Amino acid sequence: MASMVTEQAEKILGQFEDARASLIPILQEIQATYYYLPEEMLRQVARKLRIPVTDVYQVASFYRSFSLKPRGKHLVQVCLGTACHVRGAQRIMDRVEIEAGASAGGTSADREFTVAPVRCVGCCALAPVVRVDRDTYAHMEQGKVRGTLNRYRPRGATKRQVVHDD
Amino acid sequence: MTEDVERIRTSEDLDRAAVRGRATLYPDRPKVIVGMATCGQAAGAREVLEAAQEEAEKSGHTIQVSQTGCIGWCCQEPLLDVWLPGTGRITYGRIKPGRARQILRALPDDLKLEWALAWMPGDDNTLTGAWTKYTANGAGKLSGIPVYRDVPMFKHQLRIVARNCGLIDPSNLDEYIARGGYQALYQALREMQPEQVVEEVIRSSLRGRGGAGFPTGKKWELLRRQSAGTKNIICNGDEGDPGAYMDRTELESDPHSVLEGMMIGGYAMGAAEGFIYVREEYPLAVQRMHEAIAQAEARGLLGKNLFDSGFDFHIRVVKGAGAFVCGEETALIRSIEGRVGEPQQRPPYPVQQGLWGQPTVINNVETWANIPVILMRGGDWYASIGTPTSKGTKTFCLVGAVQNTGLIEVPMGITLREIVYEIGGGIPGDRKCKAIQTGGPSGGCVPADKFDLPVDYESLSAVGSIMGSGGMIVMDEQSCMVDIAKFFLGFLEDESCGKCFTCRVGTQRLKQIVARISEGKGREEDLQLLDDLSWLVKESSLCGLGQTAPNPVLSTLRYFRDEYIAHIVEHRCPAKVCRELITFTIDPVTCNGCGACVQVCSGKAILGEKNKLHTIEQARCTKCGACLESCKFDAVLVN
Amino acid sequence: MVRLKINGLAVEMEEGTTLLEAARFMGFPIPTLCHEDGLTPYGACRLCLVEIGQAPRSKLVASCTYRVEEGLRVRTHSERVERARKLLLELYVSTCPDSKQIQDLASAMGLRECRYEAEHETCIQCGLCVRMCAQQMMAGAIGFAGRGVSRRVARPFDRTSELCRQCGACLSICPVCELRCQGPQAETTLCSGCLNFAPVCFQSYDDAMCFLDPCHACELAGPFRPDVPVKLDSEKSAK
Repeated sequence: MASMVTEQAEKILGQFEDARASLIPILQEIQATYYYLPEEMLRQVARKLRIPVTDVYQVASFYRSFSLKPRGKHLVQVCLGTACHVRGAQRIMDRVEIEAGASAGGTSADREFTVAPVRCVGCCALAPVVRVDRDTYAHMEQGKVRGTLNRYRPRGATKRQVVHDD
Repeated sequence: MTEDVERIRTSEDLDRAAVRGRATLYPDRPKVIVGMATCGQAAGAREVLEAAQEEAEKSGHTIQVSQTGCIGWCCQEPLLDVWLPGTGRITYGRIKPGRARQILRALPDDLKLEWALAWMPGDDNTLTGAWTKYTANGAGKLSGIPVYRDVPMFKHQLRIVARNCGLIDPSNLDEYIARGGYQALYQALREMQPEQVVEEVIRSSLRGRGGAGFPTGKKWELLRRQSAGTKNIICNGDEGDPGAYMDRTELESDPHSVLEGMMIGGYAMGAAEGFIYVREEYPLAVQRMHEAIAQAEARGLLGKNLFDSGFDFHIRVVKGAGAFVCGEETALIRSIEGRVGEPQQRPPYPVQQGLWGQPTVINNVETWANIPVILMRGGDWYASIGTPTSKGTKTFCLVGAVQNTGLIEVPMGITLREIVYEIGGGIPGDRKCKAIQTGGPSGGCVPADKFDLPVDYESLSAVGSIMGSGGMIVMDEQSCMVDIAKFFLGFLEDESCGKCFTCRVGTQRLKQIVARISEGKGREEDLQLLDDLSWLVKESSLCGLGQTAPNPVLSTLRYFRDEYIAHIVEHRCPAKVCRELITFTIDPVTCNGCGACVQVCSGKAILGEKNKLHTIEQARCTKCGACLESCKFDAVLVN
Repeated sequence: MVRLKINGLAVEMEEGTTLLEAARFMGFPIPTLCHEDGLTPYGACRLCLVEIGQAPRSKLVASCTYRVEEGLRVRTHSERVERARKLLLELYVSTCPDSKQIQDLASAMGLRECRYEAEHETCIQCGLCVRMCAQQMMAGAIGFAGRGVSRRVARPFDRTSELCRQCGACLSICPVCELRCQGPQAETTLCSGCLNFAPVCFQSYDDAMCFLDPCHACELAGPFRPDVPVKLDSEKSAK
């Protein structure tokens, strides 16, 4: 297992220049491939780039796009920007937390969803906005949340009986 | 668009590319163009594009289908344009795939004008000042719909930065050239000395569009004068202000305008490398920039010996990793270096010691996009627009409680009243406008009675706000100003880098106090405490983020003190927003028992039989407001 | 040499000198929390602020990181500076009311009341421990993690790294946690001296003493025994 991790990390590290400036792009690549930053890989990156582990850990924990814990299959981002806020984004977030089964920043027990706030995706004219993976949903309403999330659940695993149409 | 690898080295090469670009911009057969920027796609433009492509195929390809970025009419997305040779370019709004199919099938005889918003008889070329006329004869069959110039949202606009947005296909370099692109670069490299380029920018009085408003020409001159070191120039695309998406639009809709500006800047200042730092929350913008750079390199417009002038230039894209603070210059630099985005004390300034300790200039996306126009039309022309202290135009994102939401570009000096009521079309419903929030988390709320102030850097600072990057959020009576202050403080709690004590702990304490007030637990002394603490955070924070963090509190205290007092003394939220101070009830008169509210109630708090009066059990009510959203009979009341 | 004015006095300083060094050299006292000679200046505590420039363009800057400039006018005790320091210390006291060093600084400024609720934090993120570990002890076993209000001093992956030599330097430099081993073998081990006082912060950390594992004696006999209820000793011994 350890050698597989090393091999995988080497593959990624090999794509980048051996310099401090490569740190964030390398972490972005690892995050995109594994949906989080495994500890062993981070230690290897520190060794390869000759950066203290504390530094790598600091960078990994500073930037929101990185996760040190495994994320759910789908990333649900609720925009909490100003335009979305005045259109009730916090209520949408509350509803998403209930429907996804995870609180903001966390992952649901069934590992389906990770819920995260995002501060403005730039679709302010269409507020409130929710993004699931690469799909952006405009004009979100509390009543539409369940149906939207159900689209991403595995077949036959909708959270509750859908009583009303979305 | 053909993948032409013809290199562009001379003015004639540019002309040839322009001819090819014009052929796709103004083809002699009908063309359908779908707006495919991020908000278009969020509204469903991808399905519209696919439907259009299917219909075009069925028609035997007599109709061309193409994509464009964003013209700024965001409230009408998805937008679809039809180009009819000899007639004009017609824009249709709120188009779903079904309507798109119908439009294509009906072309060219039935134009389905009942779905049309406006049309263009020609277009302005801001770079050359020329007008390209589309229509040979008069308006004729299009007399029923307004020309763009008469549409209130566009009437007052002057599109310099957004000159190509929504008009060209952003992935087609020839179309960019057809609209005058890369001529400014040619002029700079072949006909001007670097000092002359800087001189022109100084003459234009362009000020940094990222928010600080530092004179761009002066910054360039400072870098040009640096004698030692490897110079770098950076494009700040870390547009983090919530409510602002001008930079996203520019990068997605007209990527080459930014590249060209940077190349000109590199030449003027003596830099050989440029970086474009884009937020990772803007994946389409990142993609477009990569594409544009690849195209420019393939055609010889980036790389070695541009236009045979001996000038080399390379540009790289760097993706952000989710940190608002990286919009601050020194934090951005650290981020590129692979460090945490902690701002540094200045001096030394980036022009002296920036990226990797080398002299560096950072400018905002919008600032760079202005450069080609300044060179082509001259600094004096640019300085003839605007007010004495703030020249040129500014893009704004007009969002919130206003009819026409979208991206606009207006000359400096226009009043807020004109923006909200003429361009924006006023407040929907019969509600009154309360304030407009500008400058994002560093800005403030300008109350409605100050709307006659001209929009420029100094006037906005004088009323306690800032120009900022361009976000303008209109607020009506449904917004609670205490809640808005709490919102911005919550934003900063998370986005502060956390290094300096006053910003980290100060904003946290400010939020605690404002939150307490919004919950009805405020005390009279809290207002003085807010004043003192705001002063401290403003005076003693290390960077701009901290120094401007108290602005939302200060400006709402200044103009909406009565709302704070209502929360503290009367335990009442006048706008009926703060959850602890409101209750939801059902009106026995209007409720018809349809049960729509029951199905969305998050606390299972609504009881009632079908067709009989429903009631809300207050103990279980979470104040989520879903019942209000779902009731079609206005039977839910908020007190 | 750079010529500048501090509190009206014309002085000459070597290039590269910080305003803090210059002011202290001239005998002007400037309070600091995150500064330590021998460690790189950090500029996080904001207590060392001084006013530079001429009104209306004057501003407050951290003197520990601002280098002398030709013709600069510096005031170390202007009204603005004093107001800022006092408000700052009010915030510090509310954050760490049990810290003797902060209490001393606050009372020296004449602070008499604190209008904020006490938060009883155990860290002000001055960074002294991190810099001490990296720069003086050459270990680099701890660093910062997170951002904003969730920023904290941390061991990578929240486990004590093998780089930690249990030297206790982080403890000794901390201005907030007055943890000091008082026992007979203080220079080499943390001994049962901790029987004599209870550290301010150990209730927040599973492994006590902030970043070190408790020494065996303390585990057996001291305050870390699971069955002993802890009495917080509010009188800290002086540094």
